[in-house]
Amino acid sequence: MATIHVNGKPVSVVAAPDTPLLWVLRDHLKMTGTKFGCGAALCGACTVHLDGVATRSCVTPLSAVAGKQITTIEGLAGPAGAAVQAAWDKHQVPQCGYCQSGQVMAATALLAKNPRPTDAEIVSAMEGNLCRCGTYGRIQAAVRDAAATLGGRP
Amino acid sequence: MTASSFTRRDFLKVTAIAGGGMLIGVSLESEAQTAAPAVFKANAWVTLSPSGAVTLTCHRNEMGQDVYTSLAMLVAEELSVDPRRVTVVHAPADPVYVNTMIGAQITGGSTSIREAWEPLRKAGATARIMLINAAAARWGVPAADCRADNGVVTHGPHRATYGSLATAAAKLPVPADVPLKDPAAFTVIGKPLPRLDGASKARGRATYGLDVKQPGMLYAALVPCPVIGGKVASFDAAGVDKRPGVRTVVNIGDGVAVVANHYWTARQGADALRITWDEGPGASVTTEGIFAALDRAKGRPGFVAKKAGDVSGPLASGAVEAVYTCQMLSHATMEPQNCTARVRPAAVDVWGSVQFPEGAKGTAAAVAGLKPEQARIHPQFLGGGFGRRLENDFVAQAVAIAKAVPGLPVQLIWTRPEDMTHDFYRPPSMHVVRGKVDNGRAVALASTLVSPSITARAFPSFVQNGNDPFMTEGLVNLTYDIPNIELRTVIEEVGVRVGYWRSVSHALNAFAVESFVDELAHSARLDPLAFRLSMLGKLPRQHAVLERAARLAGYSPAPGQGRGFGIASMECYETHVALVCEVSGAADRVTLQRITVVADCGLAVHPDQVIAQLEGGVVTGLLQTLKSKITIRNGRVEQSNFHDFPLPRMSEVPPIRVELIHSGAKIGGIGEVGVPLVAPAVANAIFSLTGKRIRTTPLEDGGVRFV
Repeated sequence: MATIHVNGKPVSVVAAPDTPLLWVLRDHLKMTGTKFGCGAALCGACTVHLDGVATRSCVTPLSAVAGKQITTIEGLAGPAGAAVQAAWDKHQVPQCGYCQSGQVMAATALLAKNPRPTDAEIVSAMEGNLCRCGTYGRIQAAVRDAAATLGGRP
Repeated sequence: MTASSFTRRDFLKVTAIAGGGMLIGVSLESEAQTAAPAVFKANAWVTLSPSGAVTLTCHRNEMGQDVYTSLAMLVAEELSVDPRRVTVVHAPADPVYVNTMIGAQITGGSTSIREAWEPLRKAGATARIMLINAAAARWGVPAADCRADNGVVTHGPHRATYGSLATAAAKLPVPADVPLKDPAAFTVIGKPLPRLDGASKARGRATYGLDVKQPGMLYAALVPCPVIGGKVASFDAAGVDKRPGVRTVVNIGDGVAVVANHYWTARQGADALRITWDEGPGASVTTEGIFAALDRAKGRPGFVAKKAGDVSGPLASGAVEAVYTCQMLSHATMEPQNCTARVRPAAVDVWGSVQFPEGAKGTAAAVAGLKPEQARIHPQFLGGGFGRRLENDFVAQAVAIAKAVPGLPVQLIWTRPEDMTHDFYRPPSMHVVRGKVDNGRAVALASTLVSPSITARAFPSFVQNGNDPFMTEGLVNLTYDIPNIELRTVIEEVGVRVGYWRSVSHALNAFAVESFVDELAHSARLDPLAFRLSMLGKLPRQHAVLERAARLAGYSPAPGQGRGFGIASMECYETHVALVCEVSGAADRVTLQRITVVADCGLAVHPDQVIAQLEGGVVTGLLQTLKSKITIRNGRVEQSNFHDFPLPRMSEVPPIRVELIHSGAKIGGIGEVGVPLVAPAVANAIFSLTGKRIRTTPLEDGGVRFV
């Protein structure tokens, strides 16, 4: 049995140490907001925060998250997360929506660390998150808007 | 398909439901209507409860294209309720939900709004009139003097909420004919509204097929035959079945599955199986062989999709000729294929992301050995569709696996490599196109498309006399006024499982036709824009979108050193669209600067999401245009994940500007409209920039690099 910290709470999990965090969340903990896309850190749909850093949970084994604070879309809080989700609403970003948990988590991690990103920094931070529906233009606009809300951008 | 496959006979059904309230559906006459009353419940689209809740049972599957909200807007407009108060639920498979433009319960073909436009408004209007009639009866006043607005019926001092009238309204006769609003009076249709599913999707709360949880649910991981169509010859469970947490190992014919308490246990077990395959005839298929077969077939007469005049005279001498090819593509939905199934002695339940619930129902019943009425389909949000989920192969697999653990729900989850290597691929294609310009006018155009037929596999009865009606789309609706035309399609099967891929043959035909029209213009030293406009005099809406797109984009036939513009124009799904791409750089480093789209779909029900569909359609267009392709060697798809089948990333997608022309004409489709013109417009822009004509997609195969 392993104890991990998800969204501020300790939880016990009975799973093999090599089980990817993605499946610990989705299967063992039934938290399905974090999505399975590629299993190889190529699409970003499974992005969570580990100690605030955007991390691909599909290639992060359970054994690697002991002692770290795991934040998922279900537990996203704080001013950056609120600004990002409000901006997502304003710009009507989601289409199918499947990648959007990961997009929101990536954008929040960016703005929490860098509230004044340049456009190039936005692209660089979001480049690893694929959107098959093609919502990139609205994602960029929403991240800029969220940054402005946070006071980082005019 | 745009032709209705049977005569449409709409009628309205109303029935009281348990707990009061009423259900109203605009339905097709079918056996269901004359069967037990319980079937009528499933026919309903609009539900009003005594609590005042309004529910739309959404009969098209939400895959990003916004049916969830835009169909609710149709109902809300005529029911006179705030659309934000409408709760939307996914419809099950039922004959009443058949898409009359297709003839099956299918979400596809950019038909959802076109098909629902009248019946869903009527469903809302009928409910509203019955609520008024209930109020009028209660108050003893003429119904004609009552008003219904924003969920409340009023007459003088009287006031009653819809909820308070629902039970009474359910007992009233259904009005035979209901008037619909004058579009000038619309307060919901055509107005801004947040997507009803938008906030939940930004918060990880929408339930996709992969998110389904059922009590006691098990997980299944599969090892499919590496060659599509191959079978398990024999397998050694290698002790996997004895592993802790593993329930069973199941041979389902085209693969072996491991069922376990948890997914990772199942996946690791599956990876440890030792399987011997009978790969079948598919093992000899190669991409080179596929295109050689298309090339051998290109001289066959095939089917004449469109003909005018006689091309033989004008093309006898001095004709321009070109051959175009398109490589295969995977759908690559972000949500890998998956399905949850439970088989009981007299019932099979299927939860999943599907575009063809009716097909899923038949498939589930057949595999379970039950009758179709014993199968229940529970559609979920789709993490992308693009045509992939018109297929129900994963439903068949999940049910076959679930039979091994009777009574227990099992969720089958494909890996990304399984998804990419076991798709129904966009067909490979070859076009031979010939044409001629005389005195500045195109006098003849002849084209032959050679490709395998999706429809011959998926819906064989629709292919008659060599005519796959999906292969001719983009040809039969050619917009140009050319006196001599002969457009043919040749079906050539190449041993690959092909499928409908967003915009289907519109994309294949548009790449060839719109590239070639550019070639014709340049052959006569004409501006490709003026050349096209001169052939659109009889189609003012097409003329208007092209002219507008060119002006918005700042189009110039010769913009100067280091820049280029490419244009393309077509009608598809009854929508007129034009697209301009601006590029910069040189052949070894082309940068997409901007893409401009102008579309006229008559009336946009939810304008912001019409724009979103066109934006997203362009990105799907870029996926087929830039670098991605599916290739086959020894019967095996060579690509496995997003490293070798790359989706466009943020840095690769230029700013996309979309403008709508609201002509008020008959409503057109929009979900696929953004896709087909991207490849020809980009290819035309590269020619403008570099003088290099690329006649194959992805364009990087033709010797350019995008940066």
